[in-house]
Amino acid sequence: MADTRTSGFPGVEQTVLGADEIIINMGPQHPSTHGVLRVKLRLDGERIVDSECIIGYLHRGVEKIAEHRSYTQFAPYVDRMDYVAAVSNGLGYCEAVEKLLGAEAPMRAKVVRTILTELQRIASHLLWLGTHAIDIGALTPLFYCLREREEILKIFEKYCGARLTTHAFRIGGLQYDTYDGFEAEVKRFCLDFVHRVDEYEQLLTENRIWIARTKGVGVLTAAEAIDMGATGPVLRGSGVKWDIRKAMPYAAYDKYDFEIPIGKNGDTYDRYLVRMEEMRQSNRICLQAIEDIPAGPIMGKVGKVLKPPVGEVYHSIEAPKGELGYYIVSDGTTQPYRVRIRPPSFINLEALDKMIKGHLVADVVAIIGTLDIVLGEVDR
Amino acid sequence: MSVLLDFLKTYMWPLIFALVIVGVLPLLAGYVVLLERKVMADMQARLGPMRVGPHGLLQPIADALKLLIKEDIIPESADKLVFWFAPIISVTAAMLAYSALAIGPFFQIAELNIGLIFIVAVSSMGIFGIILGGWASNSHYSLLGAMRSTAQMISYETAAGLALVGGVLLAGSLSTRQIVQAQAESGVWFVFLAPIGFFLYLVASIAETNRAPFDLPEAESELVAGYMTEYSGFRWAVYFLAEYANMIVVASIATTLFLGGWMRPFSGTEWLNFLDFFPPFSFLVVAAYCFYRTPKQPEPIQSMVMALFGGLCLLLAAAMALPFVPAFAASKPGLHGAYWFLLKVTLYIYTFMWIRFTFPRFRFDQLMRLGWYFMIPLSIINVLGLGVYKVLRQLAWGVLPALIVTTGGTLLVAIWLVWNAQKKIAIPGSVSGMTEAEG
Repeated sequence: MADTRTSGFPGVEQTVLGADEIIINMGPQHPSTHGVLRVKLRLDGERIVDSECIIGYLHRGVEKIAEHRSYTQFAPYVDRMDYVAAVSNGLGYCEAVEKLLGAEAPMRAKVVRTILTELQRIASHLLWLGTHAIDIGALTPLFYCLREREEILKIFEKYCGARLTTHAFRIGGLQYDTYDGFEAEVKRFCLDFVHRVDEYEQLLTENRIWIARTKGVGVLTAAEAIDMGATGPVLRGSGVKWDIRKAMPYAAYDKYDFEIPIGKNGDTYDRYLVRMEEMRQSNRICLQAIEDIPAGPIMGKVGKVLKPPVGEVYHSIEAPKGELGYYIVSDGTTQPYRVRIRPPSFINLEALDKMIKGHLVADVVAIIGTLDIVLGEVDR
Repeated sequence: MSVLLDFLKTYMWPLIFALVIVGVLPLLAGYVVLLERKVMADMQARLGPMRVGPHGLLQPIADALKLLIKEDIIPESADKLVFWFAPIISVTAAMLAYSALAIGPFFQIAELNIGLIFIVAVSSMGIFGIILGGWASNSHYSLLGAMRSTAQMISYETAAGLALVGGVLLAGSLSTRQIVQAQAESGVWFVFLAPIGFFLYLVASIAETNRAPFDLPEAESELVAGYMTEYSGFRWAVYFLAEYANMIVVASIATTLFLGGWMRPFSGTEWLNFLDFFPPFSFLVVAAYCFYRTPKQPEPIQSMVMALFGGLCLLLAAAMALPFVPAFAASKPGLHGAYWFLLKVTLYIYTFMWIRFTFPRFRFDQLMRLGWYFMIPLSIINVLGLGVYKVLRQLAWGVLPALIVTTGGTLLVAIWLVWNAQKKIAIPGSVSGMTEAEG
């Protein structure tokens, strides 16, 4: 028995009460590690003394695959990274290749891209909220969240035929124009959704247990967050006002008016509030964009065979989870020489060890939930 | 002849009742699970089980059959004997507790003069099943679940017990039957005389039955399934049965002690006697709904089952109407008593479910803090308050002034405790917070 319990960590120490520390494996098959994350915890009673994150169970070699596919062929693969926010992944890749080609998508395509990406952000945050709440023990919000997410997925399905891995955009613009009634449907959803966010907040925001479980848990100060390279709501929850949509606008974001919510204490509760407010702001962007979608072509001038000039490009967007960057090196052929992806989940996950130290087992699931990781993106 | 009759009366009825409880309690627990899933679905904007039988009415039976024929797995490194025995302890304790509870004035296995103590003692034995099961599994998750369970039981049994003491003080007896009679005599249910005691028992009984927001021993998002992580198949089902049987037991205790037992609401008020027609009427309504839905079922077999359920409800309605026939008027307390009792139990369990689907789960140290800083001090003060109430009544105070003085005093203490606990909340995860909670 003794060797199986102590394997992995050299020298299991005696704790205060003279009991052995126990080593516990959370995942890869665990209800709340959101996929196949494995966390090895060293516990003193229920308190975490040490932890180690083990990833790679979902590694598919996406970056290597890119080197053997043409630029167009690789586009659907990026959808499989962050599979709950496939539209955002596609947007980042398409824009990166467009930058490399020196091409630009027409205005109509840009606005439709913005609308779909913001809807995707709402859908991604909804799934985060539902699972985060269920991790902390509130069972009901998940179903309300999935109800609204379903509406968004239906819009995606009508637009491009797919719900999850949408492959919604093409390099140079869009493949499909919007369907009849697209504007009305998005508008109806957005007008309705404002009240729905209030509904979720009613269940959680002022709930004493919810506050007790999230306030002061997994604190990440602004300096620490920047050191770790954290981005997205994790960084903003710590009080750093950094959003690529504002800092380096892409698509059509410079046309719209929206706020960047930030937190104060950098704890789980602040990150929760930030994401809730982000949903409202995304909703606001959608409502502004849907009002006037410019007429015109949906595809820019790109050839049938994409042959970017020799060179390299880095382009990043604000995905729901943080900064999603694509670094593409072209050697002048139809296939990229190298594609490197900066996945937000992977880099945010680095903060986990720091955040859970000294907390209880119950906090681990809360902190994994608040980081909002998708293992498809972490492992690639 | 009369000796034989006496013998039959003394041993026959209890034996039949015991068989009924062993036979019906699992079925009832199964349907409480179905009720829970339906209530959950209702609160979460979906339908819940709809496939097995009309509106999922046969789901519990299908689940039980499935669990029976599953492979029985005992982990290699488990302590096999203890692993085998632990669920049985849990379920036995839960069922044994029912032997002293009275479902109506007629339906009771044994009338014990120490009834309540017996019930509390026996039902708290169930925790051994959880601890031993968690330990015998030889798995860290199970061990943590068992550990949490132990700490939680010790903290909340105390509060629950002291909350019960309040009710016992008012009734002046430990016998379940006499407690209900005391409520009939005082003309008011004890929930109105001891509202804080009832509230304390409600919270403590949720914690005792390991229900959310106190379901830490089996918190599925943290410990997979807590103490029953390694259990599967019918052994798991036995644990599950014990859990739901326990829920029925605590609901029955609360009903007996605080909610007037088998008494009809306003049983002393003459002009509300039409409420006596409620039991047969409610079954008639359910039967009418069943028959209304029968032709709308998608499959002929489902129509058949629906019609059968309608028929069953008609039968029950007829049984409930029986006391209105003069020849059978004597059956009224037995039949209607059981109806009201079970209705109250169901409503109490519904409250459990309502709470479960609304609140997030407490963390271990928060649970302990709530237990030791709030529940236990308040339950002691509550006993004191009710003692004062008794004295004031003896000094010929009216019910209302005495009630206002004692309940108001207890409430003030409760507010002070909350305010005080708020000040003491340490930074979660910090060393001082932990030692405080564990010490």
